[in-house]
Amino acid sequence: MVRANGEELDIAGKTITEYLAMTDYDVRVIAVERNEEIVPKARYAETVLCDGDVVEIVTFMGGG
Amino acid sequence: MSALIQRHGAALQGAFSAATVAVCGLGGLGSNIAILLARAGIGKLILIDFDRVDITNLHRQQYKASQIGVYKTDALTDNLREIAPYIELEAHTERITEDNAVMLLKDADIVCEAFDDAKAKAMLTDIVLSEMPDKYLVTASGMAGMGTANSIKTRRITSRFYLSGDEISEVSDDIGLVAPRVALCAAHQAHTVLRIIAKQFEV
Repeated sequence: MVRANGEELDIAGKTITEYLAMTDYDVRVIAVERNEEIVPKARYAETVLCDGDVVEIVTFMGGG
Repeated sequence: MSALIQRHGAALQGAFSAATVAVCGLGGLGSNIAILLARAGIGKLILIDFDRVDITNLHRQQYKASQIGVYKTDALTDNLREIAPYIELEAHTERITEDNAVMLLKDADIVCEAFDDAKAKAMLTDIVLSEMPDKYLVTASGMAGMGTANSIKTRRITSRFYLSGDEISEVSDDIGLVAPRVALCAAHQAHTVLRIIAKQFEV
């Protein structure tokens, strides 16, 4: 299981790209943190989520 | 300098004046962050924005009516010089892109993301954290509207990545930006910068 934004999900084995495709996240306005490291956007397609990973997706809101 | 040492202590002030901080975007967040950091005695600010002061900026951004039409880099440089004459300033009147970010930010110890556009925020976050691993990044997300001031907070996402804001209040046709709430978020970011320089990394 992978913990994503506090929720236990059965997504181990999927890449970040594959996981994001299952969600409503807009990839242009997010940052993905995995086990306390940022995953560069260029590596979403090759980064495979492993059992026990902790993932947080930060969504940027417009305004400043 | 002696006035600042009186307020902050010699050790802290020495660290502040040795630091270089980049402010990316000089709107409601960035113009406030820059003034707060200049008052605190940060040694050098790198100011980056492509835009000019518009009349619709004056309700929350640190410019004057007399500066409408002036590039924000030039207007803020003038305002900062009046506030803190000894600060070193480097201004770039251009849009930060994936191609020029590394070059523009190379001298910064800490980078403040102060854009209004969500895609630009995410782009800068990606490039700083993936290509400039020695820098700290202080970003903002969610400060629009009339929500309570108490929901603006700062989180440490990774060891070098901080995020200030309520993380939910997005600008829309119905929800604008209100000066105190934007300034609160800017103050969170500026204070996070000072705490990083003081090696107080937890939030």
